[in-house]
Amino acid sequence: MTLRLSAFLVHEIRRAGERAYPSECCGVLAGHPGEVKDVVKLVPVTNRRTDDPHRYLIAPDDLRRVEAGLRAAGLEVLGCYHSHPDHPAAPSAIDVEQAWPWYSYIIVRVDRGAAAELTSWVLDDDRSAMSPESVDVLSEV
Amino acid sequence: MSVTVSIPTPLRPFTAGHDSIELAGDTVGQVLDGLLATHTGLKRHLLQDDGRLRNFVSLYLNETDIRHLASTATPVRSGDVLTIVPSIAGGAPATADTKAALSHAEMLRYSRHLLLPEVGVSGQRKLKAARVLTVGAGGLGSPLSLYLAAAGVGTIGIVDFDVVDLTNLQRQIVHGTSTLGRSKLDSAEERLTDLNPNVRIERHETRLTSQNALETIGEYDIVVDGTDNFPTRYLVNDACVLLGKPNVYGSIFRFEGQASLFYAAKGPCYRCLYSEPPPPGLVPSCAEGGVLGVLPGIIGSIQALETIKWIIGAGTSLLGRLVLFDALKLRFRELELRKDPACPICGTNPSIHELIDYEAFCGIGAEPAYDGPEISPEELDQEMREKGGDLVLIDVREPHEWDIVHIEGARLIPLNQLPERLAELDGHAEIVTHCHHGARSMKALEILKGAGFGKVRSLAGGIDAWAERVETGLPRY
Repeated sequence: MTLRLSAFLVHEIRRAGERAYPSECCGVLAGHPGEVKDVVKLVPVTNRRTDDPHRYLIAPDDLRRVEAGLRAAGLEVLGCYHSHPDHPAAPSAIDVEQAWPWYSYIIVRVDRGAAAELTSWVLDDDRSAMSPESVDVLSEV
Repeated sequence: MSVTVSIPTPLRPFTAGHDSIELAGDTVGQVLDGLLATHTGLKRHLLQDDGRLRNFVSLYLNETDIRHLASTATPVRSGDVLTIVPSIAGGAPATADTKAALSHAEMLRYSRHLLLPEVGVSGQRKLKAARVLTVGAGGLGSPLSLYLAAAGVGTIGIVDFDVVDLTNLQRQIVHGTSTLGRSKLDSAEERLTDLNPNVRIERHETRLTSQNALETIGEYDIVVDGTDNFPTRYLVNDACVLLGKPNVYGSIFRFEGQASLFYAAKGPCYRCLYSEPPPPGLVPSCAEGGVLGVLPGIIGSIQALETIKWIIGAGTSLLGRLVLFDALKLRFRELELRKDPACPICGTNPSIHELIDYEAFCGIGAEPAYDGPEISPEELDQEMREKGGDLVLIDVREPHEWDIVHIEGARLIPLNQLPERLAELDGHAEIVTHCHHGARSMKALEILKGAGFGKVRSLAGGIDAWAERVETGLPRY
């Protein structure tokens, strides 16, 4: 699978991770599904996990609200993004355990407050792991 | 009865792309069973192995989460819409999991820690991931940095700008004879990395000030205060309160020591204990008053212990307790400390919101010390030869200091006895007072001037300067 988004949106995700550091940021990737998932919009969502800076939660009520707003604009939820403060941009055991199929999970590593690598992952069919998907970054014209 | 089940995008690959499915049933549970029976691929994504709904799967009957209704037993009616709503969750692994894996050599090195269930592999990894700042590489900083390094604390920052002096080695065991004259940071780094090469030493060769404290302390998880002066102690406390960091406190004097853990988020801070510093000069430093060499070893080790316990989360911390140690009686006492609601920095209505001028706060430089006439060691030597017995030399140190070394022909009158013994002195004689370095001697001068003695001077630099420049055969201390 491939995820496509603009350099501007990549920059926005990196900045969200830096702003939330040392906690995790999270938000929804919105756009058009298809052979290539086209992300056209980011919807930052309040991280409902306040007890542990190394966890994030987009609550079902929040997601329903976001979905309703997107539907009106003809967009769909394609996945989400979140940051890993001072940890590699790879899915943790908890990421895999909690993952939904088909959604794209963008992870940005934030090292001591500065955004580092950014990757995207999709859950394997047997739920045993997440596999990387290619991220196609469109440069601004 | 027909209920519409709304399928979210991520599950549509398992429903042949359908976004909704009509199903029959009397309860939510029956509808769900029907859905899973016809679309078996959904099962592993919606249910745990024990058959219960996964915690990130929410079901809404019309507009209400079924957890607020009767869960899967909630009855359904024709025309109802059952919506599967994802919650999206995850997060970085716990700090100790990826960042601080232990090598085989480390496993062996920390074997005695790993054998303790309270530490174990996870505690040892926490130690490896931890960043500790020690302020000062002196009496307290020596034992505590040695034990923190030995215990495998991954990163130790040290603030110090001093050089190793011979008088340090009686207690500052991180330094050695071979590092005399070198910077304490060089000396400590060499010893600590020899003790444990896995430890990263971060050097801060500077005086901690209101300008750099927040930035320096902000980089660490926990601060250990090994300072020997009040301005820095208040500075460390205030910076820790403002940054929300725990501060492991220790102090020593002669034969007595104190230790505690200050953490304003959950208990008292140093200002809750001592809101104001003592007047300048009232509490002598270790350089003036002396200190038993083992004492910082005991207090600094308590600080290292509390730091390690804090990192691994074991036992009961010293938060809210002040431990007092008397080395001569070999007795520990404990005082309960409470958070002071009126504390100017961590109370309910704080008046301090940023770092202040701590030298001024502690009264240093506010009242200039008495500044009377001085005589240099060379001049004194000259005048003693010329005037002989007409020049009266008074040593105002303590008798045990007299026993270490004294100037031939001097008379011992300890400073605290001077006011009562003025009658022993000839009001017309030329008097020179001296002490160890010149401070007590100046106080003696103030007393003599006040009592009407006219021809009095103080030996600049005390007996130490005398032994260094005139009578070089004398011992120094």
